[in-house]
Amino acid sequence: MGTRKLELEVMRYDPEKDKEPWFQTYTVPCNEDWVILDAINYVKDNLDTTLAYRWSCHMMVCGSCGMMVNGEPSLTCKTFIRELPDKVRIEPLENFPIERDLVVVLDDVMQKLHQVQPYIIRKDPPPAEDQEYIQSRGKLAIFKQLTMCINCMCCYAACPQYSLNPNFIGPAALALAHRYNRDSRDQGKSDRLDILADHDGVWDCSFVGACSEVCPKHVDPAAAIQQMKVDGAVEFWKQKMGIPGDKS
Amino acid sequence: MSRNPYVRPVSTTTWYMRNGRYKVYVMRELTSFLVMFYSFLTLFGLAALAASAERWNDFLASQQNTGMLVFHTLALLYFMFYQTFPWFKLAPKAMPIHLGEKKLPDSFIIIGHYVAWVLVSAFIFWLAGVI
Repeated sequence: MGTRKLELEVMRYDPEKDKEPWFQTYTVPCNEDWVILDAINYVKDNLDTTLAYRWSCHMMVCGSCGMMVNGEPSLTCKTFIRELPDKVRIEPLENFPIERDLVVVLDDVMQKLHQVQPYIIRKDPPPAEDQEYIQSRGKLAIFKQLTMCINCMCCYAACPQYSLNPNFIGPAALALAHRYNRDSRDQGKSDRLDILADHDGVWDCSFVGACSEVCPKHVDPAAAIQQMKVDGAVEFWKQKMGIPGDKS
Repeated sequence: MSRNPYVRPVSTTTWYMRNGRYKVYVMRELTSFLVMFYSFLTLFGLAALAASAERWNDFLASQQNTGMLVFHTLALLYFMFYQTFPWFKLAPKAMPIHLGEKKLPDSFIIIGHYVAWVLVSAFIFWLAGVI
């Protein structure tokens, strides 16, 4: 083991001792097929047990190991060292307060995800107990890409609007709202409109597009937000012209 | 154990220097100054047209010196590279077209925009008597 020496500059912050974060460098003997998370695990197991970070599945499913790798929001289980230089800087996800070392405080986005009512809202009575909501594969295809989000929050770390205005609902939560708005079984679009069409909703996005570029699951939240702007504008003019909106 | 989360400072004046993506975005947004300039220019032109034939000809003449021609050319190129091309590239994101289970390929929508651009430009050139 250890065909390549990687110099890992890791941001450290101990809330009980440090006034501000600082960098600690570890030299890690890596295999060429390792991902950054392997190198961080090596540090934890062999060099420094005090290093705090989140991870769980190591297979792009849990969304816990998002960090800044050389300034880029990345899932560290998906970021191969063979694509990186010998010196790699690891920081906690930007735009979030640092809890400790590489662990960030996610309370704000958790609340925002909840705020957009990410569940099927029905106005019509539900189907009989022994029946299901019927949905064609074509209707599923419309929003399936948006269901791929694993809440790694790399998109929030990439978003300059969120860094300047923390009230902005932000990419993942808006994409999640759009996922339900586009679901043929849902009738809650009008319930979500107040939050989404608000100043801190879709209109605060200026389409930098960084969220979609860093998204490890290709959810494309920037696209979802622009589609919601189109939907919102159409709804606005419908109301102005007295045309009844859709049922939801 | 006490919590004491550290909030990293964000500069409200130099945030866009953080990475190349933001710089390209700011270059795109700076085209708004050109939009403002051209709005005023169009207003001046319209005012001249409404005033008299002489004022209109003066206005046309004022746009035809080397300095203004260079400026218009550079402005056009800047606008195309930082506004037109990026927006056409992004258009399929804002207006995806689903055909059953399949999505219309992005290239169709992008090419459609270029075709519309050429047709509208040709129409304006025809109106202006250039072609």
